[in-house]
Amino acid sequence: MSDATAVNYETSIPNNVGLSHDRRVLRALERWHPGYLDWWHQMGPDGFQDSLVYLRTAVDVGAKGWAKFDYVRMPDYRWGILLAPPVEDRVIGFGQHRGEPAWQEVPGEYRAMLRRLCVIQGDTEPASVEQQRHLGKTAPSLYDMRNLFQVNVEEARHLWAMVYLLQKYFGRDGREDAEDLLLRRSGDPDRPRMLGAFNEETPDWLSFFMFTFFTDRDGKMQLESLARSGFDPLSRTTRFMLTEEAHHMFVGETGVARVIQRTCEAMRDAGIGDVDDIEAVRALGVIDLPTIQKKANLHYSLSLDLFGSEISTNAANAYNAGLKGRYREERIEDDHRLEHDTYPVLSLVDGEAVTVDAPALTALNMRLRDDYARDAAAGIARWNRVIERTGIPFRVTLPSVAFNRAIGTFAPIEADPDGTIIARETFEARRHDWLPSPADGDFIASLMEQQTEPGTYAGWIAPPRSGIDNKPGDFEYVRLS
Amino acid sequence: MRIDFETCPARYRHWTLATEGTVAELVLAVDETGGLFDGYELKLNSYDLGVDIELHDAVQRLRFEHPEVRSVVIRSGRDRVFCAGANIRMLAGSSHGHKVNFCKFTNETRNAMEDASAHSGQRYIAAINGACAGGGYELALACDHIILVDDGTSAVSLPEVSVLAVLPGTGGITRVTDKRKVRRDRADILCTTEEGVRGQRARDWRLVDEVVPGSRFDAAVAARAEASTAASDRPAQDSGMMLEPLERHFEPDRVRYGLVDVTFERAARRATITVSGPASGPPETPDAIPRHSSRFWPLELARELDDALLHLRFNEPDITIVQFRSEGDPALVLAHDGFLCAHASHWLVREVSLFWTRVMKRVDLTSRSLLALVEQGSCFAGFLAELVLACDRSFMAEGRFEGDNRPDAALALTASSFGVHPMANGLSRLATRFLGEPEHLERLREETGTLLDADSAAELGLVTAACDDIDWEDEVRLFLEERASFSPDALTGLEANTRFAGPETMETKIFGRLSAWQNWIFQRPNATGPDGALRLYGTGRRAGFDRERV
Repeated sequence: MSDATAVNYETSIPNNVGLSHDRRVLRALERWHPGYLDWWHQMGPDGFQDSLVYLRTAVDVGAKGWAKFDYVRMPDYRWGILLAPPVEDRVIGFGQHRGEPAWQEVPGEYRAMLRRLCVIQGDTEPASVEQQRHLGKTAPSLYDMRNLFQVNVEEARHLWAMVYLLQKYFGRDGREDAEDLLLRRSGDPDRPRMLGAFNEETPDWLSFFMFTFFTDRDGKMQLESLARSGFDPLSRTTRFMLTEEAHHMFVGETGVARVIQRTCEAMRDAGIGDVDDIEAVRALGVIDLPTIQKKANLHYSLSLDLFGSEISTNAANAYNAGLKGRYREERIEDDHRLEHDTYPVLSLVDGEAVTVDAPALTALNMRLRDDYARDAAAGIARWNRVIERTGIPFRVTLPSVAFNRAIGTFAPIEADPDGTIIARETFEARRHDWLPSPADGDFIASLMEQQTEPGTYAGWIAPPRSGIDNKPGDFEYVRLS
Repeated sequence: MRIDFETCPARYRHWTLATEGTVAELVLAVDETGGLFDGYELKLNSYDLGVDIELHDAVQRLRFEHPEVRSVVIRSGRDRVFCAGANIRMLAGSSHGHKVNFCKFTNETRNAMEDASAHSGQRYIAAINGACAGGGYELALACDHIILVDDGTSAVSLPEVSVLAVLPGTGGITRVTDKRKVRRDRADILCTTEEGVRGQRARDWRLVDEVVPGSRFDAAVAARAEASTAASDRPAQDSGMMLEPLERHFEPDRVRYGLVDVTFERAARRATITVSGPASGPPETPDAIPRHSSRFWPLELARELDDALLHLRFNEPDITIVQFRSEGDPALVLAHDGFLCAHASHWLVREVSLFWTRVMKRVDLTSRSLLALVEQGSCFAGFLAELVLACDRSFMAEGRFEGDNRPDAALALTASSFGVHPMANGLSRLATRFLGEPEHLERLREETGTLLDADSAAELGLVTAACDDIDWEDEVRLFLEERASFSPDALTGLEANTRFAGPETMETKIFGRLSAWQNWIFQRPNATGPDGALRLYGTGRRAGFDRERV
C-alpha cells in the first residue's frame, strides 16, 4: 500500500483552514501527497530519514500551538496548513484598489499574476531542501544537524503553504502547478528550479549558513511584500511563514558568527595578528577571515540577483493590482499608489554607475533590494562586533551591488567589490581574490567532519550560547538510527 | 532619418549567421541598446524593425549565397529566453503608419521563410530554449519545425490579448489555426493565457513539434537538421550568387538605381517607378549565370525594385500614387523570361523566379494606388507584365504619338503569366483578374509570346484603357488628380478589397483579415488611448476599457 492510504487527511494535517470540510482541497491533497512523500524521500536529507530529530512542529497559530517540540522521524513530520489569524475588516493597503475590502477569493483578472507569484515563491521552498540534502553527513554537531533539519522541514511546510493556495484557489491549473513543483530539481540541467540562486550548490556548512543568512533573507523580503497582499489568503499564509523564516535567519546569522568567533579566538590564542597569513590560520583548523569574506561576497551577489531587474513591469503591475506591496508598507508615509512618485535607482549610464530617478511604481524591485541591503548590513554589524571583541583587526563588509551580478543593470559589466567598474579580463584575473576558489572550497571541505557526540563541536565552529528549547549543552538533538 | 533595408552579415548587430556544411544557424542575441529609434531598450531578445531587417537580409542571403545550405536553425544566443516578440515600448511609441508597415514587413519576412521551406529545399527549424512570447512565437510558427525545451518553465505564448489588448499581428493566430490546425478552443486558451503553454501539452496541442529535455536539446536540433537536409534537392556543389551592395543614389526628388529609377512629384503626391529592360540576352545555360547579382539582370532588377518599394513604404508616407513605367526591348525581356521558364528546376533560376514572386506580392501589398503606364518603348513582357496586372488601373498608349519615334507600346504574356508568380490568394494575377471568366484564360493562352498592341490588350482585358495621343495626356491627368483627392484611408481599404478577389489562403488571411482587425484594434482607445493597455504597458497602471462590444 502506498503511504497515501496511511494518512487520514481530515485529521492528521494540522490546519486552521477547515480542511476536513473542504472537499476540493482534500481531494487535491490526496493526489499530491504521495508524490510529495516520494519527493521528500528522494530529495530530503540523505541518510537521516529514520533518525529521531528533536523538531518544532506548528500545530496551531496561537502562542501555545506554533512551537511543539518533540522527537520526530522526518517523513512523519506533521506538515500543516496554517494561516495567520484573519484581521477583521481588512482592507487593501496600496495600489489602485487601496481602501477596498481585501479579497477572499482570487479576482479573475489577476488570476494569472497571482498564480505566478505563488508558483515562483513555491518553487524556492523545496529547492533549498534539495540544495542542502547532503549536509547532515558533515554536521559539525548534533545541535547544528537539528537546526538544518528544522530548516528543511519548515521549507517543506512552506511548499505546502503555496501548494494549498494553488489547489484551493487556482483550479486545474493550480493542481498542475503543484505537481510541477515536485518535478523541478535544483541544479538539474533539464528541469532546473526557476531562480538562479536556487540552482547553485550548497557544498559545505559555511555555505549553508551564508545561504540562510543571505538567500533566506531575500525570502523574508519577498514574504514581507506578499504579507501585504490584497489577496487575504496569501497575506495570512505568508505572515505565518515569516515567523518560521526568522528562525532560518537566526541559524544563518549565529552560524556564521560562531565560525567567525572560533577563528578569531584561535588566532588570538595562537598569537596570529595578521589576518592575511592564511596558511598559519588554516593550520589551526579554522576558516580564515578573508575566505569568509569571499563566501559573503558570493552569496550576497547571488541573492541580489533574486530581486530581478531594478526596473520591473511585473513588480509595478503586481503593486498596482494590490497583490504585492512594499516592505513595511503600512509604515511608509505616502499615497500608497505611487502613480506620480519617483525613486532613486542606481543605473549604468555610459559605463558609469549613477543614480537616476525612475517612476516609483516600476522601481519597486530596487526599493525592496535597498531594504534588503539595510537588513543584511545590520546582521553584518553583529558579526563585526564578534570580531571586535577578540581584538582582531578585520571587518566583514558587503560588496557593491555592481559586483558579480548576472541580472539587472550591472549584469553586462564587471566591477570590483568596491563598485569600481573594471575590464572583464581584470575581473577574471582577480576573481579568486574576491570569490571562493576551488582551493578555498577544498580547504573548507577538508574541515567538514560529522560530530555525533552530544555536546561536541567541530574545531572550526564555536558552540552556541544557549540550546534549542532551553535544552542543556549535551542534549541529544538527533538520535541517529 | 531614412530607414535603410540594405545590410550584410558583417554589419548585423542582433543576429549572427554561421553555416557549417548543409546547416546554417541564425542566432538571435539582440543588442539592447541597438534599437532603430530612441526611447526603448530591446530587452529579452525583443525586436524592432532594425532586428527584422537583418533577419530579412539573412533569409535572402541564405537562399542565394548558400546553395549548400538545406536547413536553417533559428535559435537564441541568450540564456533561458528565445524571443519576447516585438518590443512593446517601440510599438507604443510608434506612429500608426509605422506600426502597420512594421507588421507588414515582418509578415513578409516570415512568409519568405515559409517560401524557402516549401519551395527552395531550405527548411527552417525553431530551436526554442526558453521563454518564447508573442512575436517570438510567431517567428517560430514561420518555421517548418518547432522544438521546445522541456524544462518545466519554458513556454510558447501569445499574450497580446491578455496583456496588451491587441492581437498577435505577425500571423500568430492564423498560423496557429490554419498552418498548425490547432483546435479552436485550444487556440482560444493559448491566446488568452498570458503564461502560454509548455511541455507535453504544447506538443499535444500541436503548438510545437517536439519537446525535449535540455540535456538532449542540441542533439534533437542536430538530428532534425540532418533529417531536413536529406529531404532537400539543393545542389551539393555549386557556387553561390553574391548579393552585392545595391547601386543607389538618393537625391531630394529621386532615387536612382542601376535598373530602377524612382522620381517624386511631391505636390501631386506621386511617385514614378521606371524599370529598365536588359541590355543583352540571357546566358546560354544556368551554369553560365554570372555569380554576381549586379551582372544578372532579372535578379538585380528584383532586388532594386524590392528596395525601392520598401523605401516608398517607410520613408515616403505622403506619396499616394505610384505609377509604373518601363523602358527597353521587349524581345530581350522575352528571351530572359524564356530562359527562366526553361531552366525552372535549376536551383538558382528557381530562386530568381521565387524572388520575383515575392517582389510582386510586395507590390500587391503596397498600400498606394498603383497605376501602370504602358508607353512607347516599354517592355512589359513575360514576368514584367505582372507589374501591369498588379496595378489598380492601367493605360496603354495606342499607336505612335506626334514627335515620338520610339517603337509602339507592346504587352506580352508568356507561360510565366499563368501561375509561375502566384498572388497571396494562390492564383495567378490573370486568374484573379478574370475570376468570372475562366474560359478567357484559355483564350489568353493562345496569345502567349505575342507582342500585343494597345487595341488587342484592351480587347483582351489586360489593360484598363487604350488611349491615342489625343486622349492620353488628359485621361492620365484626370485619373491622377481625381485619385489624389480621395481619402487615403478609404483608398487603402478599397484597393485591398479589389486586389484580392478569389479564395482565401493563410497569407490572405494574415494580410487581409488579421491585419485589418489588428489595425482597427491598434486605433482603438482600449489599446492606444491614454488609458489603453498598450500605452500603459510597463507603467504598472491598469488599462481602463470602454466595455462596449463593437
